Amino acid sequence: MEPVIELTRLSKKYDHYTAVNQLDLTIYRGEVFGLLGPNGAGKTTTILMMLGLTERTSGDVKVLGLDPNQHAITIKTKVGYMPDDIGFYDDRSAIDNLIYTARLNGIKEKEARLQAEQLLHRVGLADAATKKVSSFSRGMRQRLGLADVLIKQPEIIILDEPTLGIDPEGVRELLELISQLSKEEGITVLLCSHHLHQVQQVCDRVGLFVKGELVACGNIHQLSQAINQDSLTTIELEIKHYPASLQAALQELEQVVSIQAQSQPNGEEMMTALSISCTEDITPVIAKLAAEHTELYMIHRKGYGLDDIYHQYFEGGETRETALKAK
Amino acid sequence: MKQLLKLNEARTSLKQWLQPIRKSERSDRMQLSASKAAFRVMVQKEFSDHIRSWRFAILLAIIVLACIGSIYSAITALQAQGSGSSANSFLFLKIFTLSDGTIPQFTQFVAFLGPLMGIALGFDAVNTERSKGTLSRLISQPIYRDDFLKAKFTASLLLVSIVIFSLGFLVMGLGLIVIGFPPTPEEFIRVMLFLLMAVVYVGFWLNLSILLSVRFKQAATSALFAIAIWIFFTVFYSIIINLVSNAILPDQNGTTEEIMRYYNQMDLLSRISPAELFGDITTTLLMPNVRSLGVLTMEQVTLALESPLALGQSILLVWPQLTALVALTVICFGLSYYWFMRQEIRARS
Repeated sequence: MEPVIELTRLSKKYDHYTAVNQLDLTIYRGEVFGLLGPNGAGKTTTILMMLGLTERTSGDVKVLGLDPNQHAITIKTKVGYMPDDIGFYDDRSAIDNLIYTARLNGIKEKEARLQAEQLLHRVGLADAATKKVSSFSRGMRQRLGLADVLIKQPEIIILDEPTLGIDPEGVRELLELISQLSKEEGITVLLCSHHLHQVQQVCDRVGLFVKGELVACGNIHQLSQAINQDSLTTIELEIKHYPASLQAALQELEQVVSIQAQSQPNGEEMMTALSISCTEDITPVIAKLAAEHTELYMIHRKGYGLDDIYHQYFEGGETRETALKAK
Repeated sequence: MKQLLKLNEARTSLKQWLQPIRKSERSDRMQLSASKAAFRVMVQKEFSDHIRSWRFAILLAIIVLACIGSIYSAITALQAQGSGSSANSFLFLKIFTLSDGTIPQFTQFVAFLGPLMGIALGFDAVNTERSKGTLSRLISQPIYRDDFLKAKFTASLLLVSIVIFSLGFLVMGLGLIVIGFPPTPEEFIRVMLFLLMAVVYVGFWLNLSILLSVRFKQAATSALFAIAIWIFFTVFYSIIINLVSNAILPDQNGTTEEIMRYYNQMDLLSRISPAELFGDITTTLLMPNVRSLGVLTMEQVTLALESPLALGQSILLVWPQLTALVALTVICFGLSYYWFMRQEIRARS
């Protein structure tokens, strides 16, 4: 596989704040790569450095084998970038906006018009071609943005939060379009998002990006394996009370590693939510114990689905650490 | 024979060596022509944006009205003057410089409204694109960053020069009809030069406002800042100069050197203002009788013939002022270039 984007030990520091820290990442030709991370993780900054739109502090970037600091123009003819919250000239029509982009890429006016019409048709905006962009909805803007990126016939497209603010149906259509592009035309796609579910639908590989560092990289299967490394099963249950007898009984079980209890309001009354880490799946045992000592509302074994990957890495990063310490 | 073979070998190796260089040169040239084309496309787009905008229509209406008013005033003044002694010398230029006292003359209107036009065309050049999110989309196209700034400036300056020249011709044409007195070639050239200088002057304000639009993220801030600078130089600066002048006024019985030094200092101070520079240029170009922009001693004036300056001499007289105006423009452009090239461009920030 031919690498098209190579980042080596890439760092970007603003005065006191490190946005990207020693990032190593390789993206290969033809794949759909999802860069996943919470807001402010440094995704956009990384993209800007790939395009030479901001200067890097240290490290090395190669896009299509070229350094963006020296060959920005060549790179920009081959890479399409759709920023999040993309803006258009509102007082111009959709097709005029596209033609302008095409002409900036050195396409002759006649050909530009032809291509713009085709692309608008492709993204489903053929009816709105001559309407002013100011009348467009968010979803239409995003689709126009995709057409705008494609009109230069790029080898790589970089989409920053392409699904932000679109309704579910619109998201589905957009993602379908993206995977279609990658399959039919062999375009490499770099997709940035904080929606794991959406990324998972189309991406071949995913990189998890937190606080400027790539914490994991691979396909979804590899990621969930990586999380399961500590091979602990988590069982969650909700009970009416949490008597000391139950606590003692639970702690006596040799499979139990740690217990976290939290009282929560349940209507008028209070209840307790327990999260138990075990070395084995002992859900029936725990269910039985709980039912003996108190009233059991709910019990379930936590599987390592995508949500968990997300939580583990982004939101529950701390609990994961404590769980590891407890072990 | 052997030598010939060797020579041939050397030639082919040289060719091989040159090939990559030529290739890269060609691709560079292709890139250059592509970027030139992109630059032209940007200028076209900016220009048509301006033409379509309400802002431009309003400005144009104000300026045209002001000009017609000033012609009217100049013509009434001319008629009142009748066929006086000065009627034969540069009568045509008086359309631009004469006023009956009710409405200011044409040059004053240009000096006053020109900056406003420059500011209006430039104050939101960069920051609106930024806040609308079009800048990051635009900059991710294969264009040079400085081309973007240059295109903004070129398009606006093109528009300014079209407006100023057509106004100039309008005034000349109307004047021709009303006074029925054709301009001499020299007068014509003087008027053309004056219009050119007006373009340079407006170009300075345009560049200043583009600079502010690079510097400030909000269009309102940069507009207010530009207008503040404009008002400072047109209204307050002369007041401040007066205050300073009163403070450092030398003794009435001072020596000639002291008085000369005082006047030179005052001239220097007032010439910091671009409005003053433009005023000097206008006076010299349109009133050939003005012989000097500074003070003249009696010694210098004695024996001087009371005749208008030749065109070359007038140009020579305003050359420093023109240089200063161009230099100010270049400084503004350089600063905006410096800031813009190093700015990080994110969507809507």
